[in-house]
Amino acid sequence: MATEYNTVFASIDNYRKGGVQCLNEDAKRYAFSNIYEVAATNKPYDRIVVAKNLDYTIEVCRAEGRSGWMACAHDEFVIAMDYDVVVHYLKLADDTMIDRDKDGFQSIKSAPEGQKMGRIFLKRGHQALLPENTAYSFQADKPATLMFQTILGDESIEKWAEICQH
Amino acid sequence: MSAIMTSTKNSSALGYQSFKIGEFSFDRCEYFAYINCPTAEHIISIDDFLRALMRDVAWGFFYGTVAFDDVFGTINHYGNVDVYLGTKHAEWKHAGRDYIENFKSDELMDLFKAILSDWTNEGFDPFAAPQETGTAWGPKRGNEDRLISRQREVAKRMVGIPGDAPLRTDEGGYPVNRAFPDVDQEQPVIEAEPGFEGELHAYNFFGYLSRSDVTWNPSVVSVIRQSLFCPTTEEYVLPIDHGNDRVEWFLQLSDEIVWDIKDGETSTPLATVTMRAGDVSAMPGDIRHQGQSSKRCMLLVWENGSPEILDMIRKGTAPMVPVTF
Repeated sequence: MATEYNTVFASIDNYRKGGVQCLNEDAKRYAFSNIYEVAATNKPYDRIVVAKNLDYTIEVCRAEGRSGWMACAHDEFVIAMDYDVVVHYLKLADDTMIDRDKDGFQSIKSAPEGQKMGRIFLKRGHQALLPENTAYSFQADKPATLMFQTILGDESIEKWAEICQH
Repeated sequence: MSAIMTSTKNSSALGYQSFKIGEFSFDRCEYFAYINCPTAEHIISIDDFLRALMRDVAWGFFYGTVAFDDVFGTINHYGNVDVYLGTKHAEWKHAGRDYIENFKSDELMDLFKAILSDWTNEGFDPFAAPQETGTAWGPKRGNEDRLISRQREVAKRMVGIPGDAPLRTDEGGYPVNRAFPDVDQEQPVIEAEPGFEGELHAYNFFGYLSRSDVTWNPSVVSVIRQSLFCPTTEEYVLPIDHGNDRVEWFLQLSDEIVWDIKDGETSTPLATVTMRAGDVSAMPGDIRHQGQSSKRCMLLVWENGSPEILDMIRKGTAPMVPVTF
């Protein structure tokens, strides 16, 4: 009899966590969390660090409505982890709006001037490049989960005790 | 005084070669691999041995320890490699049965590749899930050099960007795996303004993963300096225990993996980590882990390949846990 396979993904409104079962171990050493829970329980577009290796990070945010503009002096990557998100790109007219010497994403406080580069429509499991020195903004019609490959910055939020099993 | 056994198996009687490096020798019969060294003999089921050997070869001895089982394995020192028997097992060490010998990486790699080529029979793919391959048993029967020489795909910036690692497609020989027929294959819509057509990039990451033709073998899809996103598809049991020499992270993308965690030095069980879709967990640098997945799943392995960490490992200052709180 042929097996019918069903791939189990999760989402901001439907996830079931696992966990660390300890024999002779401290669960905190595993910094165990769940990205959908983090997205579900934090403010839109707060970038929460869920994994950190020296200065490199994986960050997660709840996408909901339109975000402000952000940019970064290095490449970043974003993956839509459940629902649809649109990424808008802008070539900054004034590239001094971001600090080239800083790692991590930087919010651009005022509406930046620049040339529209286009949009990418992300569905679940789609990964997009957020190129260095390029402004980007997100639009999500309903709450969604975004995951970033990036580097720790001034605006990255670390709240390990709140998000991790211990 | 307890005996030191040595193999009486004659690989050549079944058409196989015997192999030797330093004080280690390797033989096989229809069902088992036999490893001999001055302190002991050790036996591993040949399918398990070849699956583990395949990973050790494909990953260039990987980061840290590649344990074929609780007794035998390799430790990468990046340029030279230890081969050990019993060194990472408390009882073997207590009995004085442990033995370790160091070799230049390229010499050991040549030997491991030769074993893999000679001992892998036609029809057996050590990269494949058990349901997707023939068996390793029996006398020598052809080879699978084409399958065992597959290179893992490594993007320099991001897969799918012109000039970088290509996307997986039917035409390229990567059909959707039997376990992922329900994974959407639609590519993202990119609306680039005139003049920016070559600057916006995106692809279907889950679709790419659903077309992986191997298990427990990460590829690299996106890179920021030394931050490497290394997703992989997993089914059945990771053929090795991985004892990393640095922290690595797992992010479960779909389905479920149960990780058995052992002490990196003694093989003593420490914990079980059950990861479901969306779960994130660090693997500390002082443990060994082996995953089990009842259905082919998607896992993101996140590695830091920084030379800075290599220096810290050599100095013994690499952190064993990523964060404290």
